[in-house]
Amino acid sequence: MDLIKDAEAARSALTTMWTIRRFEEAVDDLFARGMMHGTMHLSIGQEAVPVGACAALSEGDYITSTHRGHGHCIARGARLDRMMAELLAKETGYCRGRGGSMHIADVATGNLGANGIVAGGVPIAAGAALAGKLRGEQRVALSFFGDGAVNEGAWHEGVNLAAVWDLPVVFICENNNYGMSMSVQRAFRVEHLAERAAGYGIPGVTVDGNDVPAVQETVHAAVERARAGGGPTFVEAVTYRWKGHSKSDKNLYRTREEIERWREQDPIARYTATLLEAGTLSATETEQCQADAREAVREAVRTANAAPDAAAAELTSAVYAD
Amino acid sequence: MTTTLPTAGPAAATQPLPADPAERSITYAEAVREALAEAMQADSRVFLLGEDIGVYGGAFGVTGDLVHRFGEDRVRDTPISELGIVGAAVGAALAGMRPIVEIQFSDFTAQAMDQIANQAAKIHFMLGGAASVPLVLRAPSGSGTGAAAQHSQSLETWFAHIPGLKVVMPATAADAKGLLLAAVDDPNPVIVLEHKLLYKQSGPVPAGAGRVPLGQAAVRRQGQDLAIVATGVMVSRAMEAAQQLAEDGITSTVIDPRTLVPLDEATIISAVAATGRALLVQEAPQNCGYMAEIAARIADSEAFGCLRAPVRRLSGLDVPVPYAPQLERAAVPQVPDIVAEATRLVRSW
Repeated sequence: MDLIKDAEAARSALTTMWTIRRFEEAVDDLFARGMMHGTMHLSIGQEAVPVGACAALSEGDYITSTHRGHGHCIARGARLDRMMAELLAKETGYCRGRGGSMHIADVATGNLGANGIVAGGVPIAAGAALAGKLRGEQRVALSFFGDGAVNEGAWHEGVNLAAVWDLPVVFICENNNYGMSMSVQRAFRVEHLAERAAGYGIPGVTVDGNDVPAVQETVHAAVERARAGGGPTFVEAVTYRWKGHSKSDKNLYRTREEIERWREQDPIARYTATLLEAGTLSATETEQCQADAREAVREAVRTANAAPDAAAAELTSAVYAD
Repeated sequence: MTTTLPTAGPAAATQPLPADPAERSITYAEAVREALAEAMQADSRVFLLGEDIGVYGGAFGVTGDLVHRFGEDRVRDTPISELGIVGAAVGAALAGMRPIVEIQFSDFTAQAMDQIANQAAKIHFMLGGAASVPLVLRAPSGSGTGAAAQHSQSLETWFAHIPGLKVVMPATAADAKGLLLAAVDDPNPVIVLEHKLLYKQSGPVPAGAGRVPLGQAAVRRQGQDLAIVATGVMVSRAMEAAQQLAEDGITSTVIDPRTLVPLDEATIISAVAATGRALLVQEAPQNCGYMAEIAARIADSEAFGCLRAPVRRLSGLDVPVPYAPQLERAAVPQVPDIVAEATRLVRSW
């Protein structure tokens, strides 16, 4: 797949990037208007990572996601209306109102779930890859996590198990430069987080996380290596979250100028320019991608709003599987 | 890709069978191993992972020769990495396997607690039922081996307090096998706390003995004067105490709940209602222990009106388990303690 020259792939990738952006803008708006409760972790500005990474996967592959996981879900093919219904506390939501933003999973698309615990999904991805390997399948597990996860014990244990067992896992770090307010400069003594891979005897590579074709290409190579039995790879995608960590964030730990500099690296604008320059899509076509995304999100909000509220009647019987 | 190891032969694991299989007696550890072997034999999704469970045979010798019989892929030695091990088991379970984890000492579950409490226990509920985590976590539990405070705890209450986990405490060889087989069948995460003092104890396990359903207490002995509820290694101590009490004219019903979650409350309530007295015995420290829950359930039930005496708890001291043998014995209930407490309960009320 060539995200620069293949028009169909490009259309799909650009539409998905816009869908993630519009979905999260809608969430931000609903929250601001008091129509959504709880908290939200938005990934606006990071869209190239989930879209590029998921474009490198095949049907049957697994992903694990994070508390900032809307983009992963959408890029892996989750239904927008069921995601929005979950956030709006509806019975038709992916988790029937029991999980919310941080726990959406879509097992049908191999999405084993967002995770409220930083690095929680890392050993889980190793285990999913182990399951496939034990069954003699060709599945790959791709684990999304942020820079903060790379200092968690679970990350080290999960990566090491995948390394010593040559498991087909791609560990993809969305290094958005901050773990809440903690900058990577204060939290690490390595220049590139990918250097950590050497400690586990696996390849580590750093890629521009705002360049969707570059992310796709890098992850694709890692996926192919994993599928061929070569073991795990650690991909660090450097990007930036435009919005605060969550709803409590007053941006006291970074400057307006810094945010502005990164906004100039808007992954959607960059990809659009690349496609126009390459002649892969016309301006009309890229605008159509944007319009399709807006309409899909509007439709999801309409459908979700019309759904019944999540019901408490079956709460206690929902704890255990039958 | 199964690695073939020099095989010791299947016969090495099992004792020679006596003439009448129904009378066969094997150790608790052998019973666990038999369940593991049967589960793996019956279902290709079942595999084991844990520290030193391969050629070493397990820290307590439970897995024994299973690696020779089932290969290194399915009897998977892991690095010392409890959080990673349980996390990998959660992932494998989500992806359709039936992993059985051995955590070398139950104390080490503290290292894995995020994956146990925040992941395994909650995934089915948080995901609105879209997925389940059928994993079994076995862990040697309890004191009595001189291993001191970080290798001797009874942590069942930690797990019982978290909705989404099931908690099993087998007290006999037959239950060690039957409850484990039921745990493997269960679509939920099940914590099986095996008692390390019981591993070498033998008991009747009829050949072909099957599952013991989770949530069904065992009435080990019937009596008139009091009901003793005991868990883990305290079951055999309660039975020994009951024998001595009987010689002194006090007869006891001894109940082994076998699973704490789900709990067979009805059997306990009816025994307490019938005798009017309840003595609740656990090895774990008393404060917020599981027997406090049983006491509360008795107080909440129709047995309350039948009580002729206060509900008494006999527990471990609220201290870390000490090293010196005399201190270790003093820290947890022994047979004479149960006899004395039961006698006091019956004779004073």
